Amino acid sequence: MNELPQQLANGLALGALYGLIAIGYTMVYGIVQLINFAHGEIFMIGGFGALTTYTALPSGTTLLVAIPLMILGGAIASVAVATAAERFAYRPLRNAPRLAPLITAIGLSIALQQLVWQFYPDAKKAVSFPEFKGDAFQITESLQIQRADAFVLVLAPLCMLALGFFVSKSRSGRAMQATAQDPDTAKLMGINTDRIIVMAFAIGAAFAAVAAVAYGLDKGQINFEMGFILGLKAFTAAVLGGIGNIYGAMVGGVVLGIAESLSIAYIEDIPGMQQLGGGAWSNVWAFVLLILVLLVRPQGLLGERVADRA
Amino acid sequence: MRHRSLLILTSVLTTGALTLTACGSRDENKGGGDSAGGGTTVVIGVDAPLTGSLSALGQGIKNSVDLAVQTANKQKLVPGVTFKIEALDDQAVPASGQANATKLVGNKDVVGVVGPLNSGVSQQMQGVFAAANLAQVSPANTNPSLSQGDNWGKGEFKRPFKTYFRTAATDVVQGKFAAQYLFKDAGKKKVYVVDDKQTYGAGLAAIFTDEFKRLGGQVVGTDHVTVKETDFSSTADKVKSSGADSVYFGGQYPEGGLLSDQIKKTGAKVPVMGGDGIYDPAFISASGEANEGDLATSIGYPVEKLDTAKKFIEDYKAAGYKDPYAAYGGYSYDAGWAIIQAVKAVVDANGGKVPTDARAKVTEALGKVSFDGVTGKVSFDEYGDTTNKQLTVYKVEGGKWIDVKSDTFNQ
Repeated sequence: MNELPQQLANGLALGALYGLIAIGYTMVYGIVQLINFAHGEIFMIGGFGALTTYTALPSGTTLLVAIPLMILGGAIASVAVATAAERFAYRPLRNAPRLAPLITAIGLSIALQQLVWQFYPDAKKAVSFPEFKGDAFQITESLQIQRADAFVLVLAPLCMLALGFFVSKSRSGRAMQATAQDPDTAKLMGINTDRIIVMAFAIGAAFAAVAAVAYGLDKGQINFEMGFILGLKAFTAAVLGGIGNIYGAMVGGVVLGIAESLSIAYIEDIPGMQQLGGGAWSNVWAFVLLILVLLVRPQGLLGERVADRA
Repeated sequence: MRHRSLLILTSVLTTGALTLTACGSRDENKGGGDSAGGGTTVVIGVDAPLTGSLSALGQGIKNSVDLAVQTANKQKLVPGVTFKIEALDDQAVPASGQANATKLVGNKDVVGVVGPLNSGVSQQMQGVFAAANLAQVSPANTNPSLSQGDNWGKGEFKRPFKTYFRTAATDVVQGKFAAQYLFKDAGKKKVYVVDDKQTYGAGLAAIFTDEFKRLGGQVVGTDHVTVKETDFSSTADKVKSSGADSVYFGGQYPEGGLLSDQIKKTGAKVPVMGGDGIYDPAFISASGEANEGDLATSIGYPVEKLDTAKKFIEDYKAAGYKDPYAAYGGYSYDAGWAIIQAVKAVVDANGGKVPTDARAKVTEALGKVSFDGVTGKVSFDEYGDTTNKQLTVYKVEGGKWIDVKSDTFNQ
């Protein structure tokens, strides 16, 4: 059986998930040059928001009805937390040295994890999440797509299209580009830059909530620690694609996801590399790839497009 | 500018990674004894993951030791002595375990410690305890090298720390028992072996592999997963394309549960077998996917079926703990009780008083304890290992672990 199409599909689904989370890192960085290290936890909060919504629904609700509501509930939770974080943790530090908001972000990330751990019932271990039932879609003999993977593979491009349209066509989107380019001048032109920054946080959070629902549907469980590693990977994807560039986030995510899948499947088949393959080494290869790309193209694969302030 | 932002990115990655280990530990220590008796207070330390993904097991250990202490106080088992527990959280992180060991050694009232859960954590704690002559009884460590030295695999048994004891049977017993069950009873001939690279998981997988091959089975592939990762779909597809009829997983239930689910999702309907690390309700319940047919070995006979455990289960219920006693409850109670028995022997020999060199004397007395515990006869051999080599294979049926075979292991 030829494993390659299947491994590519796995990588693509994983990458689309990274990409959705990476949008949040890249937009916030593009506009305020801040690496919002609490974004992984915003993703996690989106998952718990969606789960809470699901538990509140009458039992017997089909997933078809429940999923849009879960996305909505998750997005409300994550957007609320993200905008509150922006208002109370980052805005007061906007003119402080850049290291200060970074440390705040790390502190916030731990605080949010512990809050969920402490107050969400049963969150001390993995909590079960509604899961797609039914068999995978059998595309060819050697390729099947899990239902949850199909969900993220359809949703991620749709989200990207909507975002691309919003940023390039709408008034607020153009204001966003202007703020990214030069906040002071944008302000002089009558743009409410504070509102634009909140918007960047909110959009990133909403995308993270979509990703969290996709993740939960796939794994059948969520966990208060899940934002850490996924956040780190998504951040890596954002840097890989060119931090500040929204399409770069998606491209970076997909490249990273496929690199991980292929490294798990094939590196150990290369003669002499047997010890360096398999699941244990996938993170190493992902970061080796990141370093290689940054050595050759420090601006990332697609380059920094919106932020241009050096 | 560019260099500066690169520098920041790097520092962020490093700092981010550090936060993983820096999460604050929390101590839910309620203290053990009712203030019965007065007189001297003797503290039994507990170290287990009380938070994080293994907290279900850790809380069970803590509560069970607490129950042992309360029972001893209620019975006034050692006149003039009140027992108390001091429970510390290691979050399954070796460095935290070492820090906790140092803290427990520093408390002069601590005469013995129950814990930890993980073999990898224990490795970092053993030396600290040995230097202070403080006895440690683990209810759950199964890695053989902890009691038999690094070269146990070559048949050279040497006890590295005389303060180390355990009420759990080792992985040698467990891994071989699993291989024999899978090959002979379940009739599986082609296994795919996955482990999580940890002291416990990798050790167990290696022992299993040797025995399975010795029996004539075939290992059609191996892979390793990383702890706390959740996407194993690529590994799952490798399992499927390898044509394996079963999977052996050396590791813990958070990764094991997801791995099993993701293997089932590829359409490969093969059972996943593991050790006591996956024998937990959370292995099944964490996800909606059916784990029917998955197998696990665990030490001892099912606690619910032992007459000796009935009272333990009733008392545990009556005490009203929030978390269940989980997989190691019975062993933790016995570990705590062994220390209490040792203290009793020491105090009796010293005319009813706790001696000044209590730690050394308790360590010595532990080697000689022998009593009927929750899990059967409790006593230790010359390596500090339990003499109780009973094991059980469990199977997931109807969303629950059902015991399918219990036996006393003999080579």
